[in-house]
Amino acid sequence: MIEVNTAGEVWVFAEQHAGMLEDTPMELMSKGRELADILKVPLAAVMLGDTCQEMVDCLAHYGADKVYLAEHPLLEHYQSTSYAKVIHDLIHKHKPQIVLYGATPCGRDLAPRVASAVKAGLTADCTDLQIGNHEVAKTGKVYENLLFQIRPAFGGNIIATIINFDRWPQMATVREGVMPMPEPDTHRKAKVVKEKVSLSQEDLALEILREQRQERKVNLKASRIIVAGGAGVGSRENFKQIWDLAHCLGGAPGATRAAVDLGFIDRDHQVGQTGTTVRPSLYIAAGISGAIQHQAGMSESQKIIAINNDPDAPIFNIAHYKILGDLNEVVPMMIKAIKEKA
Amino acid sequence: MSYKCVVLVKQVPDTKRITGQAMNADGTVNRAALPAIFNPEDLNALELALQIKDRFGGHVTVMTMGLPAASEVLRQALYRGADEAILITDRRCAASDTLATSYILSCAVRKRDYDIVLCGRQAIDGDTAQVGPQAAEKLGIAQITYVQELLDLEGDRITARRNIGNGWQEVRAKLPILLTVIDEANEPRVASARRLMKYKKARTPAELADKADAKALEEKGLLIQQWDLDFLEADLKWCGRDGSPTKVHRIQSVVLTAKETKNVEPTQPALNAMVHELIVDHTIG
Ligand SMILES: Cc1cc2nc3c(=O)[nH]c(=O)nc-3n(C[C@H](O)[C@H](O)[C@H](O)COP(=O)(O)OP(=O)(O)OC[C@H]3O[C@@H](n4cnc5c(N)ncnc54)[C@H](O)[C@@H]3O)c2cc1C
Ligand SMILES: Nc1ncnc2c1ncn2[C@@H]1O[C@H](COP(=O)(O)O)[C@@H](O)[C@H]1O
Repeated sequence: MIEVNTAGEVWVFAEQHAGMLEDTPMELMSKGRELADILKVPLAAVMLGDTCQEMVDCLAHYGADKVYLAEHPLLEHYQSTSYAKVIHDLIHKHKPQIVLYGATPCGRDLAPRVASAVKAGLTADCTDLQIGNHEVAKTGKVYENLLFQIRPAFGGNIIATIINFDRWPQMATVREGVMPMPEPDTHRKAKVVKEKVSLSQEDLALEILREQRQERKVNLKASRIIVAGGAGVGSRENFKQIWDLAHCLGGAPGATRAAVDLGFIDRDHQVGQTGTTVRPSLYIAAGISGAIQHQAGMSESQKIIAINNDPDAPIFNIAHYKILGDLNEVVPMMIKAIKEKA
Repeated sequence: MSYKCVVLVKQVPDTKRITGQAMNADGTVNRAALPAIFNPEDLNALELALQIKDRFGGHVTVMTMGLPAASEVLRQALYRGADEAILITDRRCAASDTLATSYILSCAVRKRDYDIVLCGRQAIDGDTAQVGPQAAEKLGIAQITYVQELLDLEGDRITARRNIGNGWQEVRAKLPILLTVIDEANEPRVASARRLMKYKKARTPAELADKADAKALEEKGLLIQQWDLDFLEADLKWCGRDGSPTKVHRIQSVVLTAKETKNVEPTQPALNAMVHELIVDHTIG
């Protein structure tokens, strides 16, 4: 662990594979920017890889003040042991106060390994991060400007706020897709800090034999909010409303099989028995009747909002919020309501 | 070559069946009102260990850290084919976060010879998926997370296919190693009737009222081992509350009973109010 260091930077692990940055570092950068500004410290991205120079600009555009760059041929492919070793050393050297990772399979493989080596705390799968104060009930001692690591627990039935006041850095993995992507500013520049890496073949525990990554169009499972449209949406063009509503909620668009079969959206988005099973915090069903095969994939959602113009639509039986009306009127009004609150 | 496997299993509340009554008025979880189950993916980890034993020979030890009631998952493991079961229980383990838990478990694993340590990917109470990788680090061994298929074991080399979210990866590594196993890996076997008959009377000392009973059980091979932190020679600085860097600042309940439907008029003010409600209860925003 490192000492409490209130002048420490806010770090974001810049996950990349084969020279392609993932989306999560960019998403984390918007939150990281906010936290760093409140704390009045720099926001830094930490990137490991073989040759990464080209991705540095991108990190700057998305908000990084600084990029720590650890380049080494042995870092070409992600591996828990080698990456954790390098990040552990960087944490000891620069003493950041906050380190954020995407809760991707890679981030969830790496972050606990780092946390264990540094002997620091780690909160998994956060859906929100804030800065706040904590008072220890017994002693009345107040710790100021801590990272509030907010996450659902117990299958999403409670929201816990976790803190870490003495053994730093404060570390968290953040669920994919919950933080909005910032708008890139192509004029921004970041200071690049090249780090010397000393690794040997022994630091690589795995031999990677084969790998296949599909371009993922949508990750419904990881989405906390899903806005799904059905046959009632009417056309592919009109489905744009669904995308818009999903977008302004930081969620993902879903669909029924009927909507997919009608060509409104790609099959990757299908929810249900023969599609993806999802359990988001919020599921908005627009123009969906609620056939049992569709319900099979979404009835476990924590909250369901159904918009339908048929009072007898079965979807209403499982909805927490029932909106009887025309989706073409309701969806734009919802977008307006959300934009004005934000 | 045969392989010695240690499987880390956890008893968890069945979070899929949380209802209103399972939450206390103050928003905390009323664990007593929830059925306790074998963490689902730990059954996949156990199954993989049993398959390794079936194919190559070896020995399967199951360990859990928890209250005496957690002995139930150890019995369940014995019914399915585990050779040995160990309960790690100690008051001083209370309030351990994942870092302290993995430290304590690593001390326990070190007490046994092992080639492969197996964990579930994640426990459904916290869904953290941290204890496995942290235990691997504490043991100073490598990890293969998200194992979806064991491809080969030959000498001291293991080859496995792991799920990397948007695809898969095949990796080879040297033993000893820690694996975290996902539900796609296999279909866990059910309890064998013969073993159930044999082990249903197995107990940990903590579950027995009388020391004399322990002796009698031990003679029948039905006494489940129980270790405390002294036996583990664990450094108390890294255990329990003191060993846990993360603390809870606040817990809020988000339960809305499923059948409670609100009618919302399709008007702007009504939709604004609904959005406001969703922001207040952390569903959005
Ligand atoms: C073996 C099998 C597997 C299946 N697997 C799946 C699956 O995985 N996923 C899946 O989704 N389906 C699946 N289905 C299909 C399923 O049975 C339904 O046919 C499908 O879910 C219906 O989709 P829908 O609700 O979009 O369409 P519909 O049932 O046609 O419903 C459209 C709804 O939109 C409403 N509506 C129309 N216009 C408006 C408007 N302007 N404003 C508001 N509401 C409006 C209507 O009142 C109606 O309720 C499967 C079927 C089978 C047999
Ligand atoms: N108290 C415990 N006792 C034994 N194994 C555990 C315990 N807690 C976690 N594990 C193991 O670590 C895995 C991941 O747990 P978690 O990090 O809590 O999601 C579980 O699937 C178990 O295999």
